[in-house]
Amino acid sequence: MTSWKDLHVGTEVPTRVVGPLTRTDFVRYQGASGDFNPIHHDEEFAQSAGYPSVFSVGMLQAGILAGFATDWLGPDNVRGFGVQFREQVWPGDTLTCTGKVVDKTEDNGERTVSLELVVTRDGGGTAIKGWATFAVV
Amino acid sequence: MVDKNALGATDEPFTMDIERGKIREFARATMSHSPDYLRGAMPPIPPTFLTSVSFWSPPGEGVFSKLKMDLRRLLHGGQEYRFFGAPPKAGTQLTVQTRVAEIYEKEGKRGGTMTFVVTVTEFKDERGKVVAEARSTAIETGKPATDRGSQ
Repeated sequence: MTSWKDLHVGTEVPTRVVGPLTRTDFVRYQGASGDFNPIHHDEEFAQSAGYPSVFSVGMLQAGILAGFATDWLGPDNVRGFGVQFREQVWPGDTLTCTGKVVDKTEDNGERTVSLELVVTRDGGGTAIKGWATFAVV
Repeated sequence: MVDKNALGATDEPFTMDIERGKIREFARATMSHSPDYLRGAMPPIPPTFLTSVSFWSPPGEGVFSKLKMDLRRLLHGGQEYRFFGAPPKAGTQLTVQTRVAEIYEKEGKRGGTMTFVVTVTEFKDERGKVVAEARSTAIETGKPATDRGSQ
């Protein structure tokens, strides 16, 4: 596990590439999360709403980004995680997760590291901007 | 249309059991490589796992039924989780309560007036301590549209 002394402002999370994402990935996530909005698996419904096809669940790529961060600094250490959704993610998209340390604080013996996180689509568009905080020893 | 009378509305609290098998399923669906989620009797939850709270909320009740948002025009703007200590582990029973914290409008570029709804959900452990908080921003666009660039 990466420790406090190895982490500095600017330290990068090892990049992760996932995909190409499939409709099966969307459905699997919908089953795991309980979000059954048909816009992510029902082609007719998605097209009736004006979309060219179904598209990914925002919380799927958010969850992939969260796992990317916790795989690096430890599932027990996470204290906060947030995302803002930008571009939609479509079947066939390959996603790249990147991140870096943007802050490092020590307060009453509690050591906290803040990360800035991004999910980029293969065309270069930003799917998600995120952040996370971790308690690190 | 979002019913603005829902501002300040609060769900009845309900319980959510944190289960090992659901953690494993969620970790695999989100492509985590961490053995911490897949092994052991009491794995911690992944950061966004509490989104699966919908499995536990009583059907047809709660603030979302009061908000009356249109699924064809519904986008997810953002989501945040805060943990007040290590994330809850399998075997924990949480008490969950959601409130509608904010409703506001903005003019969209292509979709007409967009209505933003912020809900805050508090998760308490068996001793009544708040262990996690989720903050969700949902957006109802002014009209069903094509690629608007959100979720």
